[in-house]
Amino acid sequence: MDFDTNLPIYLQIMTEIKRLIITGTYKPSQKIPSVRELAIDYGVNPNTVQRALSELEREGLVASERTSGRFICDDIERIQKLRVTMMKEKTDQFLREIHEYGFDEEELMETIRERLQNGKSC
Amino acid sequence: MENLVEICGLNKAYGNKPTLHDIDIFLQPGQIVGLLGPNGSGKTTLIKILTGLLKDYSGVVKINGKAIGTETKAIVSYLPDEPYFSDWMKVKDALSIFMDMYADFDYAKCLEIMKKFQIEENVRIKTMSKGTKEKFQLALVMSRKAKLIILDEPIGGVDPAAREVILDTILENYSPEQTILIATHLIADIERIFSNVIFIKKGKIVLNKEVEEIRQESNKSIDELFREEFRYE
Repeated sequence: MDFDTNLPIYLQIMTEIKRLIITGTYKPSQKIPSVRELAIDYGVNPNTVQRALSELEREGLVASERTSGRFICDDIERIQKLRVTMMKEKTDQFLREIHEYGFDEEELMETIRERLQNGKSC
Repeated sequence: MENLVEICGLNKAYGNKPTLHDIDIFLQPGQIVGLLGPNGSGKTTLIKILTGLLKDYSGVVKINGKAIGTETKAIVSYLPDEPYFSDWMKVKDALSIFMDMYADFDYAKCLEIMKKFQIEENVRIKTMSKGTKEKFQLALVMSRKAKLIILDEPIGGVDPAAREVILDTILENYSPEQTILIATHLIADIERIFSNVIFIKKGKIVLNKEVEEIRQESNKSIDELFREEFRYE
């Protein structure tokens, strides 16, 4: 994975793991790889992975069990909430860019409808 | 956590020329620390003191609680910035030298890393490319169960693809009980594996921090911050 080294890497790892949860690659209650395995996978310092996982634990998306490792949470409602939050975040990001170009709402909605009909963005 | 390396008030001069100036550094197990500075900033002098190659300095330098000497040499694995093999040596000769010299040398592990690098035992070291030589030396150095591993420009002579492989090898083969100190100027390629960085400028420490803290506070990569700090060098 390529990281933007101008931003804390642990935040980018958190976003990546959230993406894997939302897309179902990581399923509820599924065991996730160890810190060491993830560090090697992502090619980053193990402390960085450790920090990302601790933050995800704090957000309740990951839970650790003393002897058996770390798991994705089994709270479907929480995962559903994560989906919605992520969708809003991504949309806001897109809209900020659209506003920078000065496109207006009507043009935007029309274009979105047209593109969806043509199946371009799916 | 206990410090593995303790450097306090270290001063070193060559003749009248001060090279290291009141250096304080503490390193802990599990850290991968980047020692970053332009040529002539004092990186190699500092490394030579830690490895016991330079002895006439003032200040306190301890590894694992011991002053630099035979005991610390036994727990420091060092990759110098230039190859040190003799022309006649084959890979297997270097391997047996490491077996004889270092009680903590893990022969099986070294063969494993060499296999990944596609290095064979019967090859004469002299005939290897610069990149392969560097990979072989890294395999030797990473195969010691040393508490402190010091790598001086470990990716200096290799192409970007080989750099990736070398960084992966470092991550795969170090354990949380070890500390790795890496001196380099190729920061962009390597900064993702650092936990901490130390900037050294004209023999003084100008920055010593956790890398994620730096990124969080400045929105800058270590590479960018380094370029700013040393722009007029």
